[in-house]
Amino acid sequence: MKWGILVFPGTWSDRDCMHALTTVLGQSARYVDHRETELSEFDAVILPGGFSYGDHLRCGAVARFAPVMEAVTRFADRGGLVLGICNGFQILQEARLLPGALLRNDSCEFRCEWVHLRVERAESPFTRECRPGQVLRIPISHGEGNFYADPDTLQSLEQGGQVAFRYSTPDGRVTGDANPNGSLRNIAGIVNARGNVLGMMPHPERACEPLLGGADGLWILRSALGTLVAA
Amino acid sequence: MTFRAEVFVTPKAVVNDPQGLTIRQGLRSLGFEGVQEVRAGKYLVLTLESPDRDTALARLDDMARTLLANAVIEDYRIEITAVRETVAP
Amino acid sequence: MAVASPRRNLDAVALTDEEYHEIGRLLEREPNDLELGMFGALWSEHCSYKTSRPLLRQLPTSGDGVLQGPGENAGVVDIGDGLAVVFKIESHNHPSAIEPYQGAATGVGGILRDIFTMGARPLAILDSLRFGPPHDPRSRYLFQGVVEGIGGYGNCFGCPTVGGEVYFDEGYAANPIVNAMCVGLVRHDRVRLARAEQAGDRLLLVGAGTGRDGIHGASFASVEMDEHSPDRRPAVQVANPFMEKVLCEACLQLNELDGVVAIQDLGAAGLTGAACELAHRGGRGVEIDVARVSRRERGMTPYEVMLSESQERMLVLVKPEAEPAAQRVFDKFELHADRVGTILRRPRVRVRDGAAVVADLPLDALIDGVPIRSLMATGAAAPETASVAPLRDPAATLLELLARPNLRSRRPIYRRYDHQVGNNTVIGPGYDAALLRVPGTPKALALTTDGNAAFVTLDPYVGTQLAVAEAARNIACTGARPLAVTNCLNFGNPERPRVAWQLHESVRGLADACRALELPVVSGNVSLYNETNGLSIPPTPVVGMVGILDDLDRRCGASFRDEGDLIFLLGETRDELAGSEYSRAVGAPLEGSAPLVDLTAEARLLRALHETIGAGTLSSAHDVAEGGLLVAIAECALFGGQGAQCPGLSGQVSPAALYFGESAGRVVVSVAARRVPELQKVMAAHRVPLQALGVVGSGALVVGHAVRLDLEALRRAWETPW
Repeated sequence: MKWGILVFPGTWSDRDCMHALTTVLGQSARYVDHRETELSEFDAVILPGGFSYGDHLRCGAVARFAPVMEAVTRFADRGGLVLGICNGFQILQEARLLPGALLRNDSCEFRCEWVHLRVERAESPFTRECRPGQVLRIPISHGEGNFYADPDTLQSLEQGGQVAFRYSTPDGRVTGDANPNGSLRNIAGIVNARGNVLGMMPHPERACEPLLGGADGLWILRSALGTLVAA
Repeated sequence: MTFRAEVFVTPKAVVNDPQGLTIRQGLRSLGFEGVQEVRAGKYLVLTLESPDRDTALARLDDMARTLLANAVIEDYRIEITAVRETVAP
Repeated sequence: MAVASPRRNLDAVALTDEEYHEIGRLLEREPNDLELGMFGALWSEHCSYKTSRPLLRQLPTSGDGVLQGPGENAGVVDIGDGLAVVFKIESHNHPSAIEPYQGAATGVGGILRDIFTMGARPLAILDSLRFGPPHDPRSRYLFQGVVEGIGGYGNCFGCPTVGGEVYFDEGYAANPIVNAMCVGLVRHDRVRLARAEQAGDRLLLVGAGTGRDGIHGASFASVEMDEHSPDRRPAVQVANPFMEKVLCEACLQLNELDGVVAIQDLGAAGLTGAACELAHRGGRGVEIDVARVSRRERGMTPYEVMLSESQERMLVLVKPEAEPAAQRVFDKFELHADRVGTILRRPRVRVRDGAAVVADLPLDALIDGVPIRSLMATGAAAPETASVAPLRDPAATLLELLARPNLRSRRPIYRRYDHQVGNNTVIGPGYDAALLRVPGTPKALALTTDGNAAFVTLDPYVGTQLAVAEAARNIACTGARPLAVTNCLNFGNPERPRVAWQLHESVRGLADACRALELPVVSGNVSLYNETNGLSIPPTPVVGMVGILDDLDRRCGASFRDEGDLIFLLGETRDELAGSEYSRAVGAPLEGSAPLVDLTAEARLLRALHETIGAGTLSSAHDVAEGGLLVAIAECALFGGQGAQCPGLSGQVSPAALYFGESAGRVVVSVAARRVPELQKVMAAHRVPLQALGVVGSGALVVGHAVRLDLEALRRAWETPW
């Protein structure tokens, strides 16, 4: 399996993704510069977290126009797996590969902590190893992760089964207290209609080793691997 | 001609604005009564060359739609004034 | 010949008449305005250490693993496997007092640059903070702004903020303390020293454009503050962590090129400081052409260009043949670089503005010529006697203490910092020391900052020794072995005899403690004149320490882990309450003797901890510090979500000192019942006093008849909102 890890100026979880994919999971991966224009060598690409272009103007707003993003769009159109984590999720939304937007956290504060996610849809390529309703413990680290979409979009996401994860309590209840940033309907991650593009605010690449506090992120990365093998 | 354009980007009325709410709360706690709503946005000033005003406005509108504002969550408004006829380097 | 008109603009450059005369004597002429500005910056306390330099000579700076001691951007210590740890702590107190967000953010930016200019990838950031009481609106504003600024920079840059401390005291109301420590890793063969040894090598100025911001920042940091200080706001720079992230990645790639000789951060005194220090360290000179410096503002004078402290700029020293390769790296990262100067054979600094020479000074005079200030130091440790009201209700007092700003949970602060990025954080903020994996090895680094200003106020010599001992103990509680020290000495106006005495005694304490524990001091920083309208801060030496854990499988946490484990106290409890959080809570004046420091006992305790944790004997270990024994037990319980059942505690001391005294050299450990004999054997061998306290388990903390509190009650108090 070959993974491309996109690097924009200001990206910082590129190295963490590399570590999780290669050292932990034994996959082959390479960094992809934001000026590259071809992704056909890859089976999957990751848009990692960070502060691309300093998050100036809006998170992801400038990165979305990087040359590599046209290639990402083509790659997604062909059915390639695209995973946007944190800032990568924001970039995918700015690029209209995923709907909605991410506003400032309702606390107006940055939040770095472990949260619980309930798996809402277990048949997507990124969650196929999970059980529906399974609860994953994965960290967040963001100041602008407050998911927003207009009512029509929200309804179509729900009806189309595009909500991948919701913030929940450890036992899987979706409550206001379990929502770390004010996201509508506790939405933590969504997939596109086809299911091959996932955007999520939590960082699965930080949750791949018990030594660092937990390994539930492997459910997501392994699901993607399984998908690739099956394909 | 050189134009000076001001672009005001604000969160859409339906979009929750935690920053604005926090500022309103801050004003209240400082004793500024009667502030019903605060919306926090961005203010950008651009200086640009353009043959005429209409062309400049059209380009600015394009810039705002493409990059400066995110139509999912933000509205924008553009104000433009001519600065001078010719530009010295 | 008398030098004419000494009162030129000496206030602007913060030089005294005597210093001005000395400049005239050294130059045998009067300096022009630019030259005077350069002297002002480099002769500032911040750059020259003119007050503290003789004192700092006492510190032990060498040792087995020390690859680079003080004098460079940061210290370097070997950690085996061909790797070295690079670290330093630095203050940004004065800028943070004026504009807390930017002051703190640029402080973090500066210390990160100190690390990656040495060739090291930053691994973690720690912050040691002090503010006035959080209920005071101004202190709250500073506190919130500083926390926001630290997070704003570190989070965007992508270096985890993994530890530090924050304490509150009236004495910091006008002068907050903002010390940032950064720790990085580098291969031995890639350590870069910032010294220019070859004439003809070229200086490239890389990164942000140069603006008028921060002119006289170094001078500003070297004077006391008053009600006019906010008017000096232009001296504070605006941070750009995004630019710095790009600079860091570029520097780490440049560092792989052999023709890149050195990389030097532009910090205090801007281009003047960076270029002169680079040349001076290598015994050479430097020529700078200000006309070649890219500017952010129009109409800047050579004076402004040479003294600007615009952030996120670096000097890269390259061999002429390596310039194209360096340029390719800059191009890749879309960074702008100007060739602004050349290294000269003779030790002079010559500044040109195109063809015109606008300054020409001997480097020796500029860097080493500053007259050392001798201080009038008088003072004495606080008198022995201290009376504290007797303890009435231990349970209520415990809850009250846990809720106090100095003891309550720091989670609302550190969750605003990304403490995980990099995938190396094994133990994050909120415990004794942070533990960071050394990538690619089974090893980890333990990191901490410590300093209890109340003890230093009572006795600066003992109080500073206590800070070293506490830092070492925090490191040892993770299973790591203390390796080396960095320090930041935050004091008031040293022209006051009492402050001078505090500084003097504190440095002596630091030196003696580091010698006793065999810890070299490899880097540091001095921040004086933390004073507003005649009121100095409490003396606040902050000790940053790094330890090494050889095998991550042999680490230890602070949380009570397994029900049924037995709880022990290591170390001796004495009748000591002066300077404690308890005595502060009951309104006792700050007087009496600081807790006893026994460094040989500390050394034995450190060895005993290392041995027992290394053998896997302990389930947990947690330093007893602020708040005393009951607070330490409550913390272990809260960390682990496990209660503790203790029979009535007794001792030779008063109940208040027993429960809430802050005697040094103590650690609360828990251990499986079957491993108790090992624990007893090792503690006996190292002559560490061992006292059984109770058993881990249940949802409550019970201490005889004195305390019976369920964990929820403890948690509510501990998690009192800010």
